[in-house]
Amino acid sequence: MQVPILKQRDYLIASIQAALTDADLLQLRDALVSQVGTYRSRGVIVDVTALDVMDSFAVRTLRDLAHMIRLRGAETVIVGIQPEVSFAMVQLGLTLEGVSTALDLEEGLAYLDKKLRTITAPPAGKKRG
Amino acid sequence: MPGQEITVPVNADIDIVTARQKGRELARDLGFTSTDLALIATAISELARNIILYANSGEILLSVVENGSRRGLKVVARDDGPGIPDIERALEEGFSTSRSLGLGLSGVRRLMDEFDIVSEIGNGTTVTVKKWRL
Repeated sequence: MQVPILKQRDYLIASIQAALTDADLLQLRDALVSQVGTYRSRGVIVDVTALDVMDSFAVRTLRDLAHMIRLRGAETVIVGIQPEVSFAMVQLGLTLEGVSTALDLEEGLAYLDKKLRTITAPPAGKKRG
Repeated sequence: MPGQEITVPVNADIDIVTARQKGRELARDLGFTSTDLALIATAISELARNIILYANSGEILLSVVENGSRRGLKVVARDDGPGIPDIERALEEGFSTSRSLGLGLSGVRRLMDEFDIVSEIGNGTTVTVKKWRL
């Protein structure tokens, strides 16, 4: 089952709709890493709200995805990790170190807006007389 | 419900998804909390993945167990793969010979209440785990 990827402004949004196989996850990773170039996107959001399990493979693949996309010059944020899923991840010792997360899609968009603005906008200094 | 056993053949990555979904359904029927459902499904996922990684094929057996008034879910992950040469080492935190995150069996043990493993070189591996309802 392929994950639909939407393009919105400078961002790519991948909304996972159902359980994914390992192959689906790898396909998603490769598609996003590639499309960041195609669309010159600056941010990527992966919405995992629908996932009721994030095992070691899923976590590793999402982490790889985020790191690869950073190497491509864009930022990734994983949104929608469910409370039970976060508990299972902690019990299993799985971390998303170095990967940004946000509560939901709205927070993820706000995070990227803020992060990318601070990178690209000139520092707001005093007006020179 | 006791006595019922579900067998899920594990031969490809789609079977990992099937195994954990069947396990989750059975656990939900048993009345486990949503948190326990996530722990159980994650444990099954890791066990099924181990089968694919190390033995290529095997099966996951799901059943209901009883102990007095307590009921629980038993998961057996069985394969006819090469077996594990050093079980002690395989259970160490962070040990894994595959390309996974190296959490493997020790992680599964943490997710469940009971854990047992039998492995013989050349004769495959059987991991049995149980989760009891509170």
